[in-house]
Amino acid sequence: MDADSRSPSGTAPIGRRAALLLLGGLAAAPYARAQLKSGDDPEASPQWQKLRAALFQDRPISTQVADIIQLETPRRAEDAAVVPVAIRAQFAQSEQRSIQRLWLIVDNNPSPVSATFQYTLDSGRADIETRIRIDEYSFVRAVAETNDGRLWMAANFVKASGGCSAPPGKDPQAALASLGKIRLRVDGDVVLNQATLAQLMISHPNDSGLAMDQLTRQFTPRRYVRTVNVAYDGQPVLSADLDFSISENPNLRFYFLPRAPGRLTADVVDSNQVAWKSSLDVAPTA
Amino acid sequence: MATQRPCPTRVGGERRGRRAHAAPALGAALVALLVAAAAAADAPAPAAETLEPLAPGVYVRRGVLEDWGAANGGRVANLGLVVGSRCAAVIDSGGTPGDGRAFRAAVERASPVPVCYVINTHAHPDHVLGNEAFEGGAQPPQFVGHARLPAALQKRGPFYLNALRRDFRGPDAEARIVPPTLIVEQRLELDLGERKLRLDAWPTAHTDADLTVLDEASGTLFLGDLLFVGHTPVVDGKLKGWLAALQQMRGWQVATAVPGHGAPQREWPGALDAEQGYLTRLQADTRRAIKDGWTLSKAVERIGPDRPDWKLLDVFHKRNVTAAYAELEWDD
Repeated sequence: MDADSRSPSGTAPIGRRAALLLLGGLAAAPYARAQLKSGDDPEASPQWQKLRAALFQDRPISTQVADIIQLETPRRAEDAAVVPVAIRAQFAQSEQRSIQRLWLIVDNNPSPVSATFQYTLDSGRADIETRIRIDEYSFVRAVAETNDGRLWMAANFVKASGGCSAPPGKDPQAALASLGKIRLRVDGDVVLNQATLAQLMISHPNDSGLAMDQLTRQFTPRRYVRTVNVAYDGQPVLSADLDFSISENPNLRFYFLPRAPGRLTADVVDSNQVAWKSSLDVAPTA
Repeated sequence: MATQRPCPTRVGGERRGRRAHAAPALGAALVALLVAAAAAADAPAPAAETLEPLAPGVYVRRGVLEDWGAANGGRVANLGLVVGSRCAAVIDSGGTPGDGRAFRAAVERASPVPVCYVINTHAHPDHVLGNEAFEGGAQPPQFVGHARLPAALQKRGPFYLNALRRDFRGPDAEARIVPPTLIVEQRLELDLGERKLRLDAWPTAHTDADLTVLDEASGTLFLGDLLFVGHTPVVDGKLKGWLAALQQMRGWQVATAVPGHGAPQREWPGALDAEQGYLTRLQADTRRAIKDGWTLSKAVERIGPDRPDWKLLDVFHKRNVTAAYAELEWDD
């Protein structure tokens, strides 16, 4: 079954897949990529120029984002394997004004489009908080598409971590042993019609795989979480299309808007087409 | 699927030690990832190294208490030498090929017998990138590591070599990853001639491929980076595993403890106290942060270190909180 067909909005998140196909040649091993040391000009990144053309063609992208989104990253990746990143919408989702989609891009990672997130009015707020791998000195970008069809971009330059930190996971064997264990939770009181923060934790190596060994022809295939669909009482609140730039044991924090007591559900599918499900009954107070 | 290759049965002695079947092929694959390394013969003459005697036939080359980088030529890890009547073993090989060549020269001055084992205590670059300096010769040594070391080197090696190219200059900017030819599943004894080394492979602790080396004759324990002294410990594995390993080692008979970084210690198990204290507090603080609903970013921002006297807190403490949080949030 095609994981993309599970997208509850009915619109397959083609943006990233198309980009990946178009940009196959861009995904090189880390040593072959340009080694940026400073982040003076987000537009000057050659990787971004290629990505921009593939993902957004010649659509204008505004960088005047103070009223739209805020991108939070550390200046330096303390641990290359687990770099916290947050994209925060600067307004609540409404009929008048909403964010429909976010792209999370790491220019110099082997697969730069780390994730896309689709939101609805039932999301309450179009926020996301997660952790990513940072392979190399790179711009990290958040691109938002608002309901008026306009594009907005925030970009932070993130320095790679020191020498002995590397993007692969800490204990891939352990991560695989507990594969697919899921936790879905809501912290604190849930109030009717108020955007409520939820967290989804997925135990998964989210592994980029190993290069083919030319002599033995052995390799470790990629295995990573591809899609996450979260709904409240059957109505989609978050559709995420992920990649192996997301850290081992993917972790997402996001909002949903409970308009009545109901059930929050998360459907997770990985690149081997294995699916997991988790749900949580929610009883908001007035 | 699993990055781990199938595990052989436990090995009990040198002769029964498994030669890693995959190792030559792994090596070839890694070589393919590289630009050709600068030939040792073309490199400048290495600076004279000082080996500090710890016991008869036991030496340490002290690294500087700095982060691995060009400013120190990658010369940051402690490197060990144990000399038997038949041959010698080195414990870790240096942080660059040049560091390895300088160490090898010092080893050859100190030891009348050839090096038959190059033991790597884990996969970090400051401990393994000197391996190539010990390759070849009339009697090439065995390279010895934890059963998970080949996979760790294969996954992480390209990033370490990339960091070399990015940050180092001259011949040290190019290196090769030399994987183990002899692996340790749980415990392995190596006979150096009238002297035995006991190698223990640990469950995930500082990293997922930690190995300790005990020289039984002198009671010298080389802990690799399971012990840091005066240098902020670095969590690149699992806090719980690390604390369990330290607890287990407390019962051992040890005369001299050689940390991966910092001064050798004669107090045992007192040598472990400071590090164990830091890791225990890190664990408690991070657990409390998770329980109180702090996000990862907030925990990293707010959980401070309690060892202002340690080197490299600014480089490693926040990283340790990050790793601790990612580990401990799955508890309960």
